[in-house]
Amino acid sequence: MSHWVELVITLGIPILLIILGRFVGANIERRHYKSIQEREARFRSQPAFSTKRSDSIAAVGSAELAIGSVVVSVDHFKRFLSRFRMIFGGEIRSYSPLIDRARREAVLRMKESQPYADAYINTRLETSTISNTSGDEGIGTIEVLAYGTAVTFEGSGRARLR
Amino acid sequence: MILTNIDSVPSRRIVQHYGLVQGSTIRAKHLGRDFAAGLKNIVGGELKGYTELLQESRAEATSRMVAQARELGANAVINVRFTTSSVAQGASEILAYGTAVLVE
Repeated sequence: MSHWVELVITLGIPILLIILGRFVGANIERRHYKSIQEREARFRSQPAFSTKRSDSIAAVGSAELAIGSVVVSVDHFKRFLSRFRMIFGGEIRSYSPLIDRARREAVLRMKESQPYADAYINTRLETSTISNTSGDEGIGTIEVLAYGTAVTFEGSGRARLR
Repeated sequence: MILTNIDSVPSRRIVQHYGLVQGSTIRAKHLGRDFAAGLKNIVGGELKGYTELLQESRAEATSRMVAQARELGANAVINVRFTTSSVAQGASEILAYGTAVLVE
């Protein structure tokens, strides 16, 4: 009898966590993508460049540093899938949306930190892993940092809003 | 203090360079946050506690860099860069560095 209890605890809890991750995690992801798309639409006229100069002919009126960052982690279901993938090698597809979400979120937060800019130039993205105190997970938790210089062009409406 | 991550302060002329300034901080996660993050780990997504922790540390590193620049008599820091490295399990170092300059 006690063997059964043991089996349920040792197998049941991880399976429960995987199922929880599968459904709750997918739901969180869907909602997050929706929010990302809405906010990206709002910032469409305020682009972020990775170049040091924007193509605009207008003179730059002001410049200020904009920073945004986010820490994300994968759910248990994806972690479980990735373990299989690590046996055979190849792309871990279940991790890609997570990193994608994190990068887009970080860029959005950078823009939101200086909302009245005409463009964000010299945007840099940096990714770092956060080590778990338990220490066994690989890319389980990552931080993405986005930073750039928020500029306003002389004579633009946004320059007056600042 | 003006901060930019490009080589100049647009529409201002640089009159003097003071060289590299930097600020860094090493932060450890505290247990409460770690526990909450552990729970959040099950379903994935953003770990808000860690995001805040790193934002605070980055602000601290930046303000140390700015303090150093101010001491030199600068009024702007250009070409600001941020780096993060984990120095020990559960602790990370955040470094902010740039070039202190005097602009008109």
